[in-house]
Amino acid sequence: MNGPFDFTLALADDALVAAQRLAEWTTRAPEMEEDIALANIALDQLGAARLLLSYAGELEGAGRDEDALAYLRDDREFRNALLVELPNGDFAVTMAKLFFLAAYQLPLYTALAACADERLAAIGAKARKESAYHLDHGALWVKRLGDGTEESHRRMQAAVDHVWPYTHELFAADPAAPVDPATLRPAFVEVVGPVLAEATLTQPDSAWAPAGGRAGVHTEHLAYVLAEMQVLHRAHPGANW
Amino acid sequence: MYGNDFSAPDGAPDEAPGGLLGEVEAAEAELRAAAARGRRGGPAPDEDLAAYFAEVVDAEQKIEPRDWMPDAYRRTLIRQIAQHAHSEIIGMQPEGNWISRAPSLKRKAILLAKVQDEAGHGLYLYAAAETLGISRDELVQLLLDGRQKYSSIFNYPTLSWADVGAIGWLVDGAAIVNQVPLCRCSYGPYARAMIRVCKEESFHQRQGYEILHTLAHGTPEQQAMAQEAVDRWWYPSLAMFGPPDGDSTHSAQSMAWKIKRFSNDDLRQRFVDMCVQQAEILGLRIPDADLRWNEERQAYDYTQPDYDELMQVISGNGPCNRERMAHRRAAHADGSWVREAAAAYAAKRAGQKETVAA
Repeated sequence: MNGPFDFTLALADDALVAAQRLAEWTTRAPEMEEDIALANIALDQLGAARLLLSYAGELEGAGRDEDALAYLRDDREFRNALLVELPNGDFAVTMAKLFFLAAYQLPLYTALAACADERLAAIGAKARKESAYHLDHGALWVKRLGDGTEESHRRMQAAVDHVWPYTHELFAADPAAPVDPATLRPAFVEVVGPVLAEATLTQPDSAWAPAGGRAGVHTEHLAYVLAEMQVLHRAHPGANW
Repeated sequence: MYGNDFSAPDGAPDEAPGGLLGEVEAAEAELRAAAARGRRGGPAPDEDLAAYFAEVVDAEQKIEPRDWMPDAYRRTLIRQIAQHAHSEIIGMQPEGNWISRAPSLKRKAILLAKVQDEAGHGLYLYAAAETLGISRDELVQLLLDGRQKYSSIFNYPTLSWADVGAIGWLVDGAAIVNQVPLCRCSYGPYARAMIRVCKEESFHQRQGYEILHTLAHGTPEQQAMAQEAVDRWWYPSLAMFGPPDGDSTHSAQSMAWKIKRFSNDDLRQRFVDMCVQQAEILGLRIPDADLRWNEERQAYDYTQPDYDELMQVISGNGPCNRERMAHRRAAHADGSWVREAAAAYAAKRAGQKETVAA
């Protein structure tokens, strides 16, 4: 990555794509309270995405606002990590994604809150409180499912195994960024290890580390997410909504 | 609260339609006043319970969960409150259909928050029904088994973005007109739930109006989208008030019990009168060639909705009945392993605590 624009855009895209995926759960959650909780988390991610996209547009200085950046870029221009674009899968996969994402976003936003860029610091200070809730929620479900029934344990372990390799990309070094993601890994490990242990789950030991999202090379899934998200906006160029 | 970051356009209802939010506030004040003046004491040992119940209702006092009430009153309330709760839950589907495609991030946030509010309304309404001695799980099962209904309006599809606006303006508008009198319902927990629901619904109604206002003042394609949505949603919205008074099966008894305060036709008229002026400000046409002011009645004459169609939709043959139910059943079935896991985990935790305590 290069400079605060790319960094800000990467964070924005993580949040935006996470919001889009979480919102897919609306009307489908395992219980009504969970429908509300997932919508809350989606709204937090969407709120952070909007702040970050708006700021990225200002940094770029080309007159793009949050909607121009969200709706008028193609998949190769998106900078989100692959983890957030993975399909929701079953509830266990969604909770694995949520838990790992929050365990990365919490130290990220906490570090951002103390960075030299005032705008990013303000966004970090707001978003870290939300991330703390996302982390609690994700961790609670990882434990419930991991240490619930035989079926839920099997599904949760499979979900952790499936999502884990995608966590490595989150910590790719970028020493020039306002916060170097590589510095966040210890905090992530410190949170994730004990939760998995308490959940009676095994931490995967896979060397496979798929990546490419930060450079715009995504999984096959992102283009479908964007096709759906952008279809109406693009069908009416220049319209106000 | 999320998603409130828009300013109302000129002419937007600055509160609920037709000053209805004022009525909600009045109902709230009345509820407080009734609580303050206190109710007569409980029935004497040899007092006729039915007469006691009637006296409390006639005095505009609230019936509370522990009070004696006629079985039919209890059954009517369970049916009505559960139907209302189910409507909130099923009603998430047609609007939820547009969250992923909302045309701006601001609209996406507002819509997601709105659909989330509906889940919240469903939860308080189920809680209000539970005060009558039935559990939420039982009520949900009655819905899934097709033994309890939800509002027929949600069996119509949302085919364009403008439908999200039309649902807000017309469907939420009709719901508010229906529900505001329920804020004065004789059953305390329902009245209190409705006060809260109506306040949020009036906000949703305004958001829908604002979507349509933006579209109606947008490109020709957006204007056409808005008009087409109003054309499709107008008559189903009128049908939300139920069959004409002569054919309404539950009305008279509910009026006597002060569950219901106005007839279906009175509420429908009120809704039509409220919409006409708002449609003019929106610049959208209500699809009724016979809509005109009647000086003598001081109300608009209008074309009745197709009640045969309403009966068809109620009986399961609307465009989306099967899909809405299949969706809810699938979500419930797909979530069963998660609910079982949560219960098993909670049981293990409780067991550990007992072991520690021992």
